[in-house]
Amino acid sequence: MFSNTMTFAGRELKSYFNSPIAYIVIVLALVISGWLFFLNFFISGQATIRGLLTGSMPLVFMIFVPAITMRLIAEEKKSGTIELVVTLPVTDWEIVLGKYLAALVLLTITIIMTFTYPITIGMLGDPDGGAVAGQYLGLFLLGATYLAIGLFASGITANQIVAFLTAIVLIAAFYLVGNFVVFFPGPLASVLEYIGVNYHFQNLARGVIDTKDLVYYAGMIFLFLFLAVRSLESRKWK
Amino acid sequence: MINVENLTKRYGDQRAVDNISFSIETGEIIGFLGPNGAGKTTTMKIITCFMPASSGRVEVDGLDVFDHSLEIRRKIGYLPETTPLYPEMNVREYLRFVQALRSMPRSGRESRLADMIDLCGLGEVIHKDIGELSKGYRQRVGLAQAIIHDPEILILDEPTIGLDPNQVVEIRSLIAALGREKTLILCTHILSEVEAVCSRVLIINHGQLVADGSPDTLRAGLEGRQRLLVRLKAGADIGQLRQTLAVHEGVSVEELPAAEPETLEFEITGGVNGDLRENIFRAVADAGWVLLEMRREVQSLEDVFRDLTQGGERADNVQ
Repeated sequence: MFSNTMTFAGRELKSYFNSPIAYIVIVLALVISGWLFFLNFFISGQATIRGLLTGSMPLVFMIFVPAITMRLIAEEKKSGTIELVVTLPVTDWEIVLGKYLAALVLLTITIIMTFTYPITIGMLGDPDGGAVAGQYLGLFLLGATYLAIGLFASGITANQIVAFLTAIVLIAAFYLVGNFVVFFPGPLASVLEYIGVNYHFQNLARGVIDTKDLVYYAGMIFLFLFLAVRSLESRKWK
Repeated sequence: MINVENLTKRYGDQRAVDNISFSIETGEIIGFLGPNGAGKTTTMKIITCFMPASSGRVEVDGLDVFDHSLEIRRKIGYLPETTPLYPEMNVREYLRFVQALRSMPRSGRESRLADMIDLCGLGEVIHKDIGELSKGYRQRVGLAQAIIHDPEILILDEPTIGLDPNQVVEIRSLIAALGREKTLILCTHILSEVEAVCSRVLIINHGQLVADGSPDTLRAGLEGRQRLLVRLKAGADIGQLRQTLAVHEGVSVEELPAAEPETLEFEITGGVNGDLRENIFRAVADAGWVLLEMRREVQSLEDVFRDLTQGGERADNVQ
């Protein structure tokens, strides 16, 4: 099980870095986040990273993550390689997990590259290390959840553009749902708040690591990976 | 080895495969023939566990393909209609990728890869990206992928499509060589391919199995319907010729437009009573006409195929 997953992950990673996609997407994510960071830095004259990590990065990821997941399954469906992959003696879970892992590595590399910002801040002042760590953990889990959603979106179509847009719409829905809680009555509002990704992200970003939030992210990731597997299996529905 | 029972696949209201049954023994080389859209590819996709049947059963070595999918996938090598290649990988990476997913023992991988390079003639391109390869080389890479784990069953869906004539010959001889060791199903609509390679032919049309037999038996099925083209010098009497030949049951004489001046052309088709050529020669000689040409058309698998897949137009001609 593990070795097949790693084989898929390895192939996907190589193909990310053999084509310009990975470089373009990473550079774009860094340029945009860098611009947002220095905008804050010079215009507001504040050496802070909190706004970037908790406010801007979730929005940057909303575009960045679908861009790295859109091809994962859709391209195989389009080119016909899916027929090879699913007629090999491997399970659909191995395929999906392998692809997810590759995307997760790419995401992690990108996140690590943004470490330059807190390091810059650290040279100028004395940031709260715990809060920054919490924000990064939150960002990682947020990105990992987006990836699962993006992978699912890639599984339901053979068209990468459709996969990209579907993922953005789904992610935006989960991100924004928390903003509409004020319009709903009490119990429903707290349910909606819990469903939204941003609520849990803000909890972690305050430096409070609560199992409730970790369970939420793990649940979301599992749910969408499960749906991605189901989308691969959909060919088997009679 | 492969047992297909009452297999049906529906897409919506349409039946792509409609209640077909056949079984294939170990070591047979099967030509799976049919016009485009007849249901060949769908049948192969079911046998290779890509998708399930709507109803009916497919068993490989006594195991149901739906319930024992992983086990069966191990036994099968499959080259789908669209060659499943990753253009950004090089040939070596690609074949190593397939080996890894086939869980081949690590120690044997390198030597098996070398064998494949030899067998499929990939030496020159092994380090090239697949995206840069010609269609012929891509097809060979696809074939190498299908046989790399030495499968018991090899399923090739239109392996020579889109190749130039030289490449077709190369791939075909490769397939014939493979067929000596394996159970092989070759899906195609190219008849010469089947005649060159296969020991048994299944013909499918509109999702239904319309013929099953060796190329020779299928041809023999049409042999009663011999067809002779006869050219006589002008002056012969078609009515008299008909009368003379009428003693043989089911013989018909049709006059064709003459291609040469001062000649008459006939098409004579006959029933099941042996060779008509001698009778025609005698009839012509007795009447004192001049026989310029007589030619017997040999029925090809192509005739069988057309006969079975075009609603029997030819059969009507013969009546």
